[in-house]
Amino acid sequence: MGIRINLTSVFVDDQAKALAFYTEQLGFLPKTDVPLGEHRWLTVVGPDDPDGTELLLEPDEHPAAKAYTAALVADGIPAASFAVDDVTATHAELTARGVRFTQEPTAMGPVVTAVLDDTCGNLLQLTSPA
Amino acid sequence: MHEARTPTAEVRASSCPGLSTCKYSLAYCVRVGDVYQALADPTRRLILDELSDRDGQSLFELCGRLAVRHGIGSSRQAISQHLSVLEDAGLVSSSRSGRTKLLHLHTEPLREIAERWPVDPKD
Repeated sequence: MGIRINLTSVFVDDQAKALAFYTEQLGFLPKTDVPLGEHRWLTVVGPDDPDGTELLLEPDEHPAAKAYTAALVADGIPAASFAVDDVTATHAELTARGVRFTQEPTAMGPVVTAVLDDTCGNLLQLTSPA
Repeated sequence: MHEARTPTAEVRASSCPGLSTCKYSLAYCVRVGDVYQALADPTRRLILDELSDRDGQSLFELCGRLAVRHGIGSSRQAISQHLSVLEDAGLVSSSRSGRTKLLHLHTEPLREIAERWPVDPKD
């Protein structure tokens, strides 16, 4: 069958703002940007794997999407999780650039995790090996 | 940013049956019963341990710590219920960081226990 995960998504409240944050702050690369009426089919990829899994920055237009993201954020639950080389170093770098974290780097068993605000309605978890 | 939510003395007074004869202060009398109840549960004591390790955690972080560090597999709802008992006892409050609720530890109610039964100085 050859089934594989080629795409995952987060709901964002503003696609242009999201593209700026995910590329300029987090270092993802733009991959696909197709106009679709009011919105765009907008994906980014990790800089080390441009042909790897794409992250779709999906409009949170549907009322259920807004309720879902708001409820997750209230309890501090990330909408997605990404791997970095060193969470502690990344936290320091992003904090210096004004990115807000709801959880500082914390040892969680085999990994160190931190959680940041993507400014588009989501929290994102970063992980690296402990 | 911090909207500390601490129970008021007025609310607590109604729940203190011995208020009229209490030889201690109002603030002491009306709180300490709840503190005992709050501390009686091992999961709630671990919650206080983790908030003592780092103050200002989201529910997500707290649940992660309890699961990974202490093997507590309780649901998020169960942990929320434990937190409301701790909030009623004045041991935990919450604030908002953006739209995320953060949890804070307050140890003041514990002082009242030590005042009631002073610890002998080690000499």
